[in-house]
Amino acid sequence: MPVIPGSFAYHRPATVSEAVGLLAQLGEDARALAGGHSLVPMMKLRLATPAHLVDLAGVASLKGIQADGNDIVIGAMTTQHELVGSELLRTKIPILAETSLVIADPQVRYMGTLGGNVANGDPGNDMPAVMLCLGASYQVTGRGGERRIPAREFYQGAYVTALKPGEILTAVRIPVPPAGHGSAYEKLKRKIGDYATAAAAVVLTMNGGKVASCSIGLTNVADTPLWAEEAARILTGSGLDPATVKRAVAAAEAITSPATDNRGPAHYRTKMAGVMLARALARAKERARG
Amino acid sequence: MAKSQISMTVNGAPVDALVEPRTLLIHFLREQLNLTGPHIGCDTSHCGACTVDLDGKSVKACTVFAVQANGADVRTIEGMAAADGTLHALQEGFREMHGLQCGFCTPGMIMRAYRLLQENSAPTEAEIRFGISGNLCRCTGYQNIVKAIQYAAAKLSGVPFQEAAE
Repeated sequence: MPVIPGSFAYHRPATVSEAVGLLAQLGEDARALAGGHSLVPMMKLRLATPAHLVDLAGVASLKGIQADGNDIVIGAMTTQHELVGSELLRTKIPILAETSLVIADPQVRYMGTLGGNVANGDPGNDMPAVMLCLGASYQVTGRGGERRIPAREFYQGAYVTALKPGEILTAVRIPVPPAGHGSAYEKLKRKIGDYATAAAAVVLTMNGGKVASCSIGLTNVADTPLWAEEAARILTGSGLDPATVKRAVAAAEAITSPATDNRGPAHYRTKMAGVMLARALARAKERARG
Repeated sequence: MAKSQISMTVNGAPVDALVEPRTLLIHFLREQLNLTGPHIGCDTSHCGACTVDLDGKSVKACTVFAVQANGADVRTIEGMAAADGTLHALQEGFREMHGLQCGFCTPGMIMRAYRLLQENSAPTEAEIRFGISGNLCRCTGYQNIVKAIQYAAAKLSGVPFQEAAE
């Protein structure tokens, strides 16, 4: 098993336009490098053999977490460690720190970035389902300029996304959920550092003991992260009584199509997605006001 | 492939070198700088034996290219003891608390624990265990590693170390 990556030329642009220019000029043989904790392992296995790496670490404008009206905008190169440490996120969107803390391990979280996690298109990554759940959008820049892609329209297949060749994801824009919302990310994994056997993200608001709004994302139980719209619709207006939760869990399970792998057979992983959803709902409700 | 010129500070000393861009930081440290304290265990960013401190972060040097560390401040286990040989509190803790058996994971454990204690000078046992969850030890069962870190935390904070009752 080779563990030395193939040869490549290294580029370290200082601005987004320089990075985009390099990617356009170098074409398909070039890859953008964020934290490198997906790409470098793939290069060591020679599953990826880019001739050029465009390291985004020198682009200062890709870092940082800022409030912008009712949104929070997070630079693509912001690391999971920084998401965990952000006071703004802790108070406004606590599900981000909660999710970050179940990604990989401390060392990987110092390097791994939000942009890399969501842009790579790996169905095992945790942040994409959370972004579907939150209704986030991705700001991307290419030679032709900037555009914004809703996370719910971004994922097309395993490692296949709406990102066009030569485009880079520069920031993630998240509408802040209402104050008093409850959220939870429940992830079943075999050990620290593992991808999810199945995981569920829930954001909900309660009003007089009833679910006023609800959104659900599922991780690693299909080729793409899943937004469980029907399950959320079933729950809205209910008091999360066991019968309704059971119906919603069944609706969520119905949209999964996991692979059978060493995390378990497909039907088990589907059932675990349901279990994670039920647990996430209970915890989100507990945390919600109203 | 053209080599890249890199400069960094390693254990307090300036280093200038030419590297192939594909050279991993762990290979640069071990083979070009002869710093063989950071170990290569799994080589797949799981085990943590190659952990070093890079600009205030614990990183797995098997998953970082040396060119990414250009301009960085790097510290390895070789940079922990004082110039006169006095052990760092963590090294002393690992010795006093029997925090190692074969010792293979120890340099990575100590470098990770170093950053953990920089960020949290009085971690609970649970925080220590979570904080070193990216470092695998196949000998000790972690009990004495946790005690070693508690010992160092106490010593660095100037409070007497009280071993928890078994």
